[in-house]
Amino acid sequence: MKSVLKPFFNGLLKENPTFVLLLGMCPTLAVTTGVTNAIGMGLSTTAVLICSNIVISLLRNFIPNKIRIASYIVIIAGFVTVVEMLMKAYTPALSQSLGIYIPLIVVNCIILGRAEAFASKNSVFHSALDGVGCGLGFTGALILIASVREILGAGTFAGIPLFGESFQPVSIMILPPGAFLTLGILLAIINSISKKFGQKEGARSDS
Amino acid sequence: MQDMLTVSHAPHVAGKDNLKSIMLDVIIALLPALLAGCLVFGYRALAVAVVCVLFAVLAEFIWQKLLKKSSTISDLSAVVTGLLLAMNLPAGIPLWIAAIGSVFAIIVVKQFFGGIGHNFMNPALAARAFLLASWSLAMTTWPEPGTAIPLFGGADVVTSATPLALYAEGATELPSYLTLFLGKTGGCIGETSALAILLGGAYLFITKVIRIRVPLIFISTVALGTWIFGGSEGFFSGDWLYQILSGGLMLGAFFMATDYTTTPFTPKGQILFALGCGILTVVIRLWGGYPEGVSYSILLMNIASPLLDKVSAPRRFGYKKTKEVA
Repeated sequence: MKSVLKPFFNGLLKENPTFVLLLGMCPTLAVTTGVTNAIGMGLSTTAVLICSNIVISLLRNFIPNKIRIASYIVIIAGFVTVVEMLMKAYTPALSQSLGIYIPLIVVNCIILGRAEAFASKNSVFHSALDGVGCGLGFTGALILIASVREILGAGTFAGIPLFGESFQPVSIMILPPGAFLTLGILLAIINSISKKFGQKEGARSDS
Repeated sequence: MQDMLTVSHAPHVAGKDNLKSIMLDVIIALLPALLAGCLVFGYRALAVAVVCVLFAVLAEFIWQKLLKKSSTISDLSAVVTGLLLAMNLPAGIPLWIAAIGSVFAIIVVKQFFGGIGHNFMNPALAARAFLLASWSLAMTTWPEPGTAIPLFGGADVVTSATPLALYAEGATELPSYLTLFLGKTGGCIGETSALAILLGGAYLFITKVIRIRVPLIFISTVALGTWIFGGSEGFFSGDWLYQILSGGLMLGAFFMATDYTTTPFTPKGQILFALGCGILTVVIRLWGGYPEGVSYSILLMNIASPLLDKVSAPRRFGYKKTKEVA
């Protein structure tokens, strides 16, 4: 059982695309001004990632090696178009506020990275699980960054006011510099935690 | 312990200067400007300075306690950072904003990058930029000189525009040069009085804490630039004396652009640094969206400092400059 779920937890924690691999920085910095945006962006990327991983894994024996990147892009672009149209039809407000970043999922390096590094070498089932894990890892990271920025920078969480009238928000946190500050500080915290875990595991394996 | 066991290259000549004595000199040099701020804006200016210094020292102490590092608060560098930040704030600023600014300067700008000597930009100026982006209204509410400002909740204070804002708006009644020189105008606590800052700068120069080249080049570049381009009647008609006496130019040139950590250490690099600061200040003041650009110009040049050090590295004795083969 553990080996089946391994790709899932790998993408979610150990190789978290945002905090460990530092992939997909553009949407991470740009759309994390609010929790709602972060959830929308994360879930749409997850949907594209799962679908593209499955299709690329299915076609992995048919795609010629020399044109594989171009083939991946075509497949990913197809799914992004589907997601974009669905969002325009059913969640127009969210689609409006995410703007250009939905079409830009095509060139999101998390998706291309997973296609190249995982889906093109593994079975369909594992690739789908990998897509779910990475996608949710990305979504979780976006929600974490967006919560910090939205709570400090606007005094709200997913649009719900948290503090009284007298709260004066730290506006810089929802401006671009706030994205860099938050990401940097969160990375430092996560690195120091994982370092401690690594030391413990290392000590255990030594003994 | 670290003071006793210093390992360094020859020559092993012991000077009497150390970090603490230099920081003490900077604090002494800042006192005239602080005094001027208190005379112009009343006791509220002193309260802001006390809060800034207190929280800067406290932030450094707690951070180093938490990370189990040896405490460096006795070297007075946190006091200097707090004092410099206070100099850059309006006297009517809510005290909690001043406190957050100090904590940001010490924790994020200084300690995150490794503490004293490792920060890549001036902590006080970075904190000012942070506060200005976050609470721009409170940061640009300049109390009228001489009015009483309540300690808490100064919402209904009589305000006045800074000399530079007046100039940018094209106001007809500008303060006289003497008023600007003595500092009875709206502005940050430490920037209004050119006289007080020049006194402090002279003290730093005499005690050899700073060299005159950076402030001199910085200020003359601004004077030259505003004289050539700043006038409304074509070239060479700008009011350069007004420009160098107003805003944070004097304060920035003497106290921020001469910081050891965040500016180049080669002479050539320092000259380029000062020129860059001056040009950026002129560009922001004359054509930018803000009336004042000294703090941003110094921050931008802080980032360029490693590069300036690299391009201005002196030729080693005996080596000829050779073209790099690509």
